[in-house]
Amino acid sequence: MSRAHDFPAAAREALADERLRANLRGATQTIRARRAAAVAELTDFEALREQARRLKDDALGRLDELLDEFQAAAEAAGARVHRAADGAAANDIVAGIARDHGVTELVKMKSLATDEIGLDAALAAAGVDAVETDLAELIVQLAGDTASHILVPAIHYSRGQVRDLFLRTIARGQELSDDPHELAEVSRLYLRERFLRAGMGVTGANVGVAETGTVCVVENEGNGRMCTTLPPLLVTVMGIEKVVPTLDDLALLLRLLPRSATGERMSSYASLLTGVTPGDGPQEYHIVLLDNGRRTALADPVGRQALRCIRCSACLNVCPVYTRVGGHAYGSIYPGPIGAILTPQLWGMERYAKLPFASSLCGACAEVCPVGIDIPEVLLSLRARAVREQAPAPEKAAFGAAAWAFGSPRRFAAAQKAGRAAELPLERGGLVKRLPAPFAGWTQGRDLRPVARETFREWWARERGPAGEGPGAGRPADGAREHGEEAP
Amino acid sequence: MNAVVDLFVERLELQHVDVRRVAAADVAAEVACVCAERGVARLGVPPALPLEWRPAGASVVEDHDLAPAELDALDAALTGCTLAIAETGSLVLAAGPADGRRALSLVPDVYLCVVTEDQVEPDLPAAMPRIAGLIREEGRPVVFVSGPSATSDIELQRVEGVHGPRQLVVLLVS
Repeated sequence: MSRAHDFPAAAREALADERLRANLRGATQTIRARRAAAVAELTDFEALREQARRLKDDALGRLDELLDEFQAAAEAAGARVHRAADGAAANDIVAGIARDHGVTELVKMKSLATDEIGLDAALAAAGVDAVETDLAELIVQLAGDTASHILVPAIHYSRGQVRDLFLRTIARGQELSDDPHELAEVSRLYLRERFLRAGMGVTGANVGVAETGTVCVVENEGNGRMCTTLPPLLVTVMGIEKVVPTLDDLALLLRLLPRSATGERMSSYASLLTGVTPGDGPQEYHIVLLDNGRRTALADPVGRQALRCIRCSACLNVCPVYTRVGGHAYGSIYPGPIGAILTPQLWGMERYAKLPFASSLCGACAEVCPVGIDIPEVLLSLRARAVREQAPAPEKAAFGAAAWAFGSPRRFAAAQKAGRAAELPLERGGLVKRLPAPFAGWTQGRDLRPVARETFREWWARERGPAGEGPGAGRPADGAREHGEEAP
Repeated sequence: MNAVVDLFVERLELQHVDVRRVAAADVAAEVACVCAERGVARLGVPPALPLEWRPAGASVVEDHDLAPAELDALDAALTGCTLAIAETGSLVLAAGPADGRRALSLVPDVYLCVVTEDQVEPDLPAAMPRIAGLIREEGRPVVFVSGPSATSDIELQRVEGVHGPRQLVVLLVS
C-alpha cells in the first residue's frame, strides 16, 4: 500500500491496450451526449449549480454540527449510528455487525465508500461472503478486477468479454450470446436467489439529510431496493461529506445528480431511508459515518472544494486524459479529474504526487461539474504542493536557477545566449530532437524548438537603436509611473 | 392542471411505461384487462387497497407480511401511490395505506400503480413539501419510481428489467 503510484507508467500501459481504448471511447461518447441533452433541458442549470455549490460549501463549513444533528435524528428514528475514523475501523464495525447476527452471506449495493475501504475483502477475511448486486460491480467482482469508472465500473468491458466471463462463472452451463439483454437476465437469475435469502444488506449513501437522519440512495436496476428492503438487517456506510442540512437540499441535489451522471431526468429508483419502519423493510438499521481522510482534505483552503463532489462522474466522461487511459491508471477507486484531486488529498501526497499532473488543464471537467468544483484550480494548487513537498533536489535547484535567471532582463538575455550556444551541437534540421540526460524527458515525446538565433530584443536593438531605447526598456517604466501616480 | 397531467403521461411513455387513462369506475376492469393480457394469475395487493380497484378474474393476494419467497411467487403487484411528479415521470411511494410495503412493489415482475390526476405535481420542488412532511412527522420510508428497472452497464446499452419489475403499468384516473 505504501509504494508510490506511478501514473505515467500505468498510463503508458493503458494506452497500448487497443481494446480498452475502443471500449472507453464508445462508452464515454454515448454518456457525454446523454448528459449534454439532459442538462440543456434545464433552463436554470447555472443557477442550480450555483445553489448546489453554496449548499455544499455551507454544509462542509459546519460539518460537525450537521453530523451531530444527523446522528440524533437517525437514532430518534430507530437507526444506530457509528463513527469510523478510517477504513479499518469501518470494516471492523460492519464485520462485527455481521458476526453478531451470524450472517455469512450478504448482498451489497454499488458503493464507492465501501470500495474505498476494501470492505468486501475485509468481510471475506471475517468469513462473510459479500455479493455485489449492481451488474457492473458483479462483473468486476466475478473477474477479480477493480472498478474503472465511478458510475459504470465495468466500462472497460465489451459485451463479448462479459459473455466470456459469465460463461466461466455464473451461467451454469447455459448457452449465452453477447446480447446485453441475455447477459442481464443471467445476472438477474443468479442474484435473485441471493436477494431472497440474504440476512443482511449493505449500501453506500448518495446524500444524508441532517434534519431527519435520512439516507438517500439512487439507482436504476432495483438491486438497491432489494438490498434496502428484503434483508432484516441493513448497514449503510456513508462518507461524512455527504450530509446536507434539509430535505429541500436533497431535492436540489436530486435534480442535478441523475442528469449529470447518466443523463436521465431521474434515476429509476431513489430510496429515502429514515431509521426503521415497523412492518416495512429491515427492522435493524446501522449507519457508519466514515472519515478516512476527509477531515484532512477539509483543512486545505483550496483543495477542500473536492469534498463537494456528489460522484456523478461527468468530469470523467469529458476528460481527454481519462477517456484515453481509463480508470485503472489512476490507481484509485476515484479516477479521472475528480480522482486526481481527491485521491492525493484523502490518502497522501507521498503516494499520489503524480496524479495532479495527470491533466492537460483544459478545464472541460470544471465546465460540467454540477457542484462547481474548479478542478483545474485544485490541480494547480496540488501541483505546487507536490513540488514543495516531493520534488527531487536537482529539479528544485534547476527551477531555482531558472527563477533567478528570469528575474532580471540582463540575466535572462545571458541565459538565452548560453542556451543557444549549448543547443547548437544538438540541432538537426531546425529542431532539437534529443536532449542528453538529465533533460532527456523533455524530448521523449516531442521535439524542442531551439532558442531563436536572434531574439526580438536583439532585433529591436539592431533595427531601432541601442537596447536602452527599446520597447522593453521604455514602456513598462511608463506604465509603472502611471500606476504610481494613482497610488496615494 | 391538464398540461401537467399531459406532461406526466408523455414522460411515463418515454420511460416505456404502459399508461392507461381510465375513469374512476373502470379501474378494476382495466386491472383485470392488464392481468389477462400479461398472464397474471396471482396479484398481490396491500391489505388497505380500495376494494373498488380489485379485479375479478385474477386471484388477489393480500400482503400480510408475505415472506420474500412468497412475494417472488406473485405474478404482479397492484398499489396506489402518495403522489406523482410530471417532470420526471415519477411515482412516489411513501408507505401510505394503498402504497403497500416497499417489497411488494419491487419483487413481482409486473407492477401496476393507480394514480389519480389530482396527485400529479409538476416537479420535484413542488412535491417535496408533502414528502418532507411525511418524513419529518412520521419517518415514512419513501421511494421514487421513475420507469421500470433498467441497466446500462454493458456498453451503455439500456436493458429494461434487471432486478425490479420488468413491466410498469400506470392506471391514471381522471
